[in-house]
Amino acid sequence: MAGRVLTVTSGKGGVGKTTVTANLGVALATRGQRVVVIDADIGLRNLDVMLGLENRIVYDLVDVVEGRCRLRQALVRDKRLSELYLLPAAQSRDKTAVSAEDMVRICDEMRPSFDFLLVDSPAGIEQGFRNAVAPADEVLIVTNPEVAAVRDADRVIGLIEAEEKGPARLIINRIKPDMVRRGDMMDTAAVVELLAVDLIGIVPEDEAVITAANTGRPVAFSDNNLAARAFHNIARRLMGEDVPFMPLKEPGFFERLVRFVRSEGEGQ
Amino acid sequence: MVTNGLVVKGIRQGLLIVLGEGPWEEWMARLARRLEAGASFFHGGRAALDVGGRELDEGEIQEVRDLLARYGVELWAITSTCDATILAAVRSGLAPGLELGERQPAAGEEAGELLPAGGLVLRRTLRSGQRVEHPGDVVIIGDVHAGAEVVAGGNVLIWGRLEGMVHAGAMGDEEAVVCALDLTPTQLRIAGYVARSPEGKRHRPVPEMARLRDGQIEAVPWRSR
Repeated sequence: MAGRVLTVTSGKGGVGKTTVTANLGVALATRGQRVVVIDADIGLRNLDVMLGLENRIVYDLVDVVEGRCRLRQALVRDKRLSELYLLPAAQSRDKTAVSAEDMVRICDEMRPSFDFLLVDSPAGIEQGFRNAVAPADEVLIVTNPEVAAVRDADRVIGLIEAEEKGPARLIINRIKPDMVRRGDMMDTAAVVELLAVDLIGIVPEDEAVITAANTGRPVAFSDNNLAARAFHNIARRLMGEDVPFMPLKEPGFFERLVRFVRSEGEGQ
Repeated sequence: MVTNGLVVKGIRQGLLIVLGEGPWEEWMARLARRLEAGASFFHGGRAALDVGGRELDEGEIQEVRDLLARYGVELWAITSTCDATILAAVRSGLAPGLELGERQPAAGEEAGELLPAGGLVLRRTLRSGQRVEHPGDVVIIGDVHAGAEVVAGGNVLIWGRLEGMVHAGAMGDEEAVVCALDLTPTQLRIAGYVARSPEGKRHRPVPEMARLRDGQIEAVPWRSR
């Protein structure tokens, strides 16, 4: 069966697109899926660093596009998971080095060999974003529970709807239960209500995520913290499992009250 | 309608520009100022000209056509009670009246349903960065998110939550109103007036109608009368 292309995007920068891509890649591969993570952020590549694979890169996406190597030669196999591959971005070029058609062609070429193709989109809504979204079967929108991030997510969802890329699904990243409890941060229900899209994951803020990214070993390699479990839950949902979190349909006042109380326990 | 007697209306076939009595040059100058002031609104539109009983020759028709074209407006018809004007219009390749020329939606225009009165119905939610422009009334069955914009020559009715920007009566109609089930726009404009929503959150949304009253935009409960 041909693999699915999932593009991870957000509009706003710094919300955790690359972190989400790396962790979902690890979580899916841990669960026996054949995964390739594709860094579409040409000129500002990070995915390789987060996965600890920077020193193994020989060729990159632009080399493939410009015919300097075959696709297989550019793929970097993960040192820990045999089913996880990385297609790195070029660092010395910019977004114009690749076109939307190139991305579609490259993804189509890889589809038969993988179950999941995760494309890490650059921030913004320009060429790089368009390249990343072009091959997508589905789009995952990453946002933070902040007004600016949610606004940008709304913009991106509108663009994706216009491209008819299917309903985008939402990952709320870096939620801080303490702040939500004090009423200082938007809660899940508020973000979902604003954006009116399906939620596929809620990832709590966790310092371990940053440490893990710095050491090139994404948190999803373990499952002893909340963020790691949240990423594994998203991976399971992507694989079609029905992993419960909170009910999110048409909340009435009472339900929202209940959910508000329950949301403190998300991920546990 | 505002400003010096020049009337711009949204009709089924696009815009209708009505010129009054008096020297031709003055009317051309007024039209130029109006086009300049609303350049982004007019751009890409299509207009008919109603000159009343005025006699125009082909040179004058070409002049107004060129003026409109500079602002991206296509002149397609001239209506007049003067036979000489009608003849000149026909010789210039324009429709002699509004009966012909059923309006075709332009490419890229938001696909909606045209109401008999020249309104536009959209059954969708407008997200940040999305913009709808229409010379007549606009009805939206859905929400208008913060960052989205609706610009209408007539009234704007939103069967949903309004958090974005709406400009009703954008061509100067001070009678235009904006209605929404939850009226909390980032900014609201009616004709040449601008208002912001009051700060602070409301507990329960109520359907409201915003209208112009004594030079101020006010919101009143939207209910049957």
